[in-house]
Amino acid sequence: MGRELVVDDARVTYSVAGRGQLNAVDGVSFTLEPGTVLGLVGESGCGKSTLARALCGLTPLSGGGIRFGDKPVAPMRLSRREPELLRVQMVFQNPYASLNPRRRIGKQLEDARRIHPGQAPTVGELLDEVELPRSTAAGFPYQFSGGQRQRIAIARAMATGPEVLIGDEPIASLDASLQSKVAQLMRRVALDSGAALLFISHDLAIVRTIADRVLVMSAGKIVESGPTQRVWQQPEHPYTKRLLGAIPAVDGLGRIPLVEPR
Amino acid sequence: MTVPNAEASFGLTEVEAGPAASTPGRGRVVRALLAKPQVVAAAGFLVLLVLLAVLAPVLTAIEGSGPNAFHSGAVDSDLGGMPIGAFGGVSGAHWFGVEPQTGRDIFARIVYGAQVSLTISLATTAVTTVVGVVLGTVAGYFGGVVDTVISRLMDILMAFPALIFMIAILSALPDGNRTLLLICVLSVFGWPYIARVIRGQTMSLRQREFVEAARVSGARLRHQLFAEVLPNLRGTIIVLATMAAPGYIGTEAALSFLGVGVVPPTPSWGQMIAASVNWFTVDPTYFLIPGAFLFLTVMSFIVIGDHAQKVLDGREA
Repeated sequence: MGRELVVDDARVTYSVAGRGQLNAVDGVSFTLEPGTVLGLVGESGCGKSTLARALCGLTPLSGGGIRFGDKPVAPMRLSRREPELLRVQMVFQNPYASLNPRRRIGKQLEDARRIHPGQAPTVGELLDEVELPRSTAAGFPYQFSGGQRQRIAIARAMATGPEVLIGDEPIASLDASLQSKVAQLMRRVALDSGAALLFISHDLAIVRTIADRVLVMSAGKIVESGPTQRVWQQPEHPYTKRLLGAIPAVDGLGRIPLVEPR
Repeated sequence: MTVPNAEASFGLTEVEAGPAASTPGRGRVVRALLAKPQVVAAAGFLVLLVLLAVLAPVLTAIEGSGPNAFHSGAVDSDLGGMPIGAFGGVSGAHWFGVEPQTGRDIFARIVYGAQVSLTISLATTAVTTVVGVVLGTVAGYFGGVVDTVISRLMDILMAFPALIFMIAILSALPDGNRTLLLICVLSVFGWPYIARVIRGQTMSLRQREFVEAARVSGARLRHQLFAEVLPNLRGTIIVLATMAAPGYIGTEAALSFLGVGVVPPTPSWGQMIAASVNWFTVDPTYFLIPGAFLFLTVMSFIVIGDHAQKVLDGREA
């Protein structure tokens, strides 16, 4: 199983009132291979989330193309998504907004299970997978913390049997102690099921621990890509160097992160 | 409710105790509402009123006078038809007194009038709520041309001088089934007020991530509307409906007062108030009784709606 997700010169343009056109995604190309974890890093506002939304059809492209296997990814309409494209799933940034406040967790997982192409794991198994107690199914989202909700959101995405899982800054709204844990969890559940993972974050330090390859994005463009270790150790693009320099290091010297001169 | 936030322990106890004890379901809202004495009083009055309306034939049989029976013995023809006795002729045989001149029993007319008032207001509320929610959700969720058409229709209806139009059309139409006619006319002008609010809320719900998440995970349109959007509108719908009902009671009374609503011999509170105006100085009871019923009914609905809004808002925040 597993089809690749190919992004070819994708462009998304917004018109901003009074300021003309904004190229949120400006000619991005990459391939997400089955069974791998690809990290996408970049600062806030560089177009990461727009790209993620375009990958699952929530935002229409203004140029270029996205292909899943041999199926082009078309913008989503109000009717049901095309069955083949349902294999591309997303975990949203804000777990406080991405679960319906009025429906029980179990019901929301059940809905997602229904589109699994084969034998979907049970709700209990899904909750086991994301290390939540099975009684979670009877609760409503407001009864859970951010970290627990994000686990529920991951379980919901996994319930559908995805071949590609996109995490749109899934750890950005969690507190620091949880970020790494949830990131590792996403890698594990995605790879265990044979899916590919595109992990979007502004936190290079965490992406480094889970991604096989990284893409560095700046102002809508991919400025550097390569195996994680290589990018980490020998960054080529000045932007990547600045990004790496901004990571606080615990070296006992009391060094503070590099601040670029303005 | 303690929100578990200790990630390491997963808040096991709270989670297990939680769902059964404190779901945001109907039970919790009703309990919060019944904790307020003014809501209990208002609900009590409305229950009493419904009982009066439903049991009208039984109650009038117990009292001994129908709504249209004339009791010439209960009025003093020498005094221009004034009811005999204090307070407009209140007695064991006529609990709320009698009408001047005709001697018709006021209690019987009040309980039969309650039937008319409640039927018209509740039916109109039901129709406007259903139509308003359906069209409002459709306009808000689909947007585009559909939204434009529905919104312009709402604008037209809301800009229309509704009361004048109602008076004109109701006086022109033949006296068929006045109750049904009133329900139809009130509904035509009433639904945009509900639809407009629902449309706005749907537009914002549509942009929420959980609706997008449901779409990404392959929800059909029906599911998006009924499982994702509608449950989140429930509080708004309850409040809008509770606030709309008293308006229709008042409008029905106003139209009947003007002589274009419910027509005699069908009793109606509005008609009674209209007729009592001439007798106000000599027989204030005749005016006070239907006036008090109208006031208390409208007031009760508003109190319940107001508190429901507070409870639901606090919960949804």
